Amino acid sequence: MKPAKLWSWLIFAFGAAYFIVPLLATFEFSLRIRREGYTFDAYTSVFSDGRFQASFSYSLIVGVCAILAGLLIVVPAAYYVRLRAPHLRPIIEFITLLPLVIPAIILVFGYIRMYNTSSPLPLLGTNLGTDILLTLAYVALALPYMYRAVDTGLRTIDVQTLTEAANILGANQATIIAKVIFPNIIVAVLSGAFLTLAIVIGEFTIASLLNRQVFGVYMQNVGANRAFEPAALAVISFVITWGAMGMIQLLARFAPKTARRD
Amino acid sequence: MAEEFLRIDKLVKAFGGNQVVKGVDLSFNKGEFVSLLGPSGCGKTTILRMIAGFERPDSGRILVEGKDISGLAPNQRKIGMVFQAYALFPNMNVADNIGFGLKIAGMPKPQREARTEEMLQLIGLSGYGKRYPFELSGGQQQRVALARALAPSPRMLLLDEPLSALDAKIRVSLREQIRQIQRELGITTVFVTHDQEEALSISDRIVVLNTGNVEQFGQPFEIYNRPQTRFVATFVGTLNTLNATVADAGAKTVTLGGTTVTIPALPASARNGEAVALTMRPEAVSLANGATRDIVLDGKVAEVSFLGSVIRLKVDLGDNAVNLDTFNDQRTPPPAHGAPVRIGIASSDVLVLER
Ligand SMILES: Nc1ncnc2c1ncn2[C@@H]1O[C@H](COP(=O)(O)OP(=O)(O)O)[C@@H](O)[C@H]1O
Ligand SMILES: [Mg+2]
Repeated sequence: MKPAKLWSWLIFAFGAAYFIVPLLATFEFSLRIRREGYTFDAYTSVFSDGRFQASFSYSLIVGVCAILAGLLIVVPAAYYVRLRAPHLRPIIEFITLLPLVIPAIILVFGYIRMYNTSSPLPLLGTNLGTDILLTLAYVALALPYMYRAVDTGLRTIDVQTLTEAANILGANQATIIAKVIFPNIIVAVLSGAFLTLAIVIGEFTIASLLNRQVFGVYMQNVGANRAFEPAALAVISFVITWGAMGMIQLLARFAPKTARRD
Repeated sequence: MAEEFLRIDKLVKAFGGNQVVKGVDLSFNKGEFVSLLGPSGCGKTTILRMIAGFERPDSGRILVEGKDISGLAPNQRKIGMVFQAYALFPNMNVADNIGFGLKIAGMPKPQREARTEEMLQLIGLSGYGKRYPFELSGGQQQRVALARALAPSPRMLLLDEPLSALDAKIRVSLREQIRQIQRELGITTVFVTHDQEEALSISDRIVVLNTGNVEQFGQPFEIYNRPQTRFVATFVGTLNTLNATVADAGAKTVTLGGTTVTIPALPASARNGEAVALTMRPEAVSLANGATRDIVLDGKVAEVSFLGSVIRLKVDLGDNAVNLDTFNDQRTPPPAHGAPVRIGIASSDVLVLER
């Protein structure tokens, strides 16, 4: 082996160890709840905890709602910008990047000010209102990823010609988006969706300040009160996040079948 | 008298101050196959897109069977369109592509499937319904695009350079197929192309366009043999130009290569001593071996191109040069490079282009 190659392998191994060793250590620790050897008791204890089930399913529902609401906003918006207002693309891109620039804590304090019980739109006055606000907050958080994923999907198809071909065959705008555009960017859309899910499952700041029992808040609670369960939870949430990422990779293999251009 | 189907009235369109369609007037008959022919950028696509409703005219009207369609959105116009880039829906198989317009129109499934099968047979692709567009060749994709456009029985068909992305061989066979299907259905068709041979070979009539203006509108035979402007004469087909001088304008005679000949087409506005350009098609010039032509000139063979059934010779006449076409004859080899030849031209075939 050439020295240069050896060095690059060493650096890679060091980098990999930096990520993997703490993970392995956490995993190993989560198995040591009993003195007499490794068991999955910490996991059993987590999975059988009613608060785990409640918070996890709540996060999942809010995440799915955030994905659906986000798609309803992002797909038509990205489509219209590509079709009718390409000169607005840099501005729209900048707007979609704002959630990355503005910290979540500022966002949530803004919400609390805007939608408190004495405001014209007192969303925070009811449970459902707060749920809706949390969902919308997640839509905003996911916007940069969602918009980019959808826009990348749109770049792979000839939006204008497909739109016109469907239009002259009698289709209206809603039908064109639903039947022609959306199915051709579905892979990109799903990758945006899994990314959103990964973000929502781990989110803590906004949910905690809006007083919602999401998975992130539950993890924090358990972490403050138990020894081995938090390690098990960390591994679980890691598996979920990477599962979502793995789904994105898997989906990329089923990229849309595009027309041959010759 | 043929029935008028589509009328275009003083149509004008500009993009950001740049006028690309400059007051176009046209009238097409029912069932007619008309080509819009012109160089790239002359406004062909823009006119077609205004007929389809994708662009809004700045002024002027488009009437179908006497009714102004300006207020209708593209999806209300009942027009079929085929695009250069095929534009099949990649997520749908061939049958679903063809059935798309029928589904939108609310046709029940059994009728839709029957109609789709009928269209597949029409384009010679029955059995291909379950394939996806990416599994088809360019020519097959374009046939599916044609079937998709025709399936809802539109009242008019628009094709924007549908063949320009295909190989030469497929281009010719597909254009014949398009023409045959069009005849069978009797559908009024507007075909955009920049290829003069394509336009000449399949059209009932041709609109020759240049920089947003109609240069000439007529049958291929007229366009080719009686071009009304210099642009048409040079854009459509090959043209020879011989420089001559008017000898006697009243008697319609000119001096050409030392001899005086009568040119019936000499315009009344010509003045004695004025330089004029005499033009003629290569096939109007013949090797004068025994031919009875009233203009006879001597020259030398400058180039010989063997094109198969036709041989094109370039003959150097000293101050002029002409291209001429003769048929291939298996027993007579073409004259050699540099050989002296005598050519003949019928003066009645000579055009004098004024503008
Ligand atoms: N949407 C548009 N915006 C600006 N200019 C355009 C647009 N569409 C066409 N043009 C211009 O109009 C002219 C005619 O275009 P087009 O009708 O496509 O020509 P053709 O089809 O004959 O090649 C070209 O110079 C082209 O650049
Ligand atoms: Mg064009």
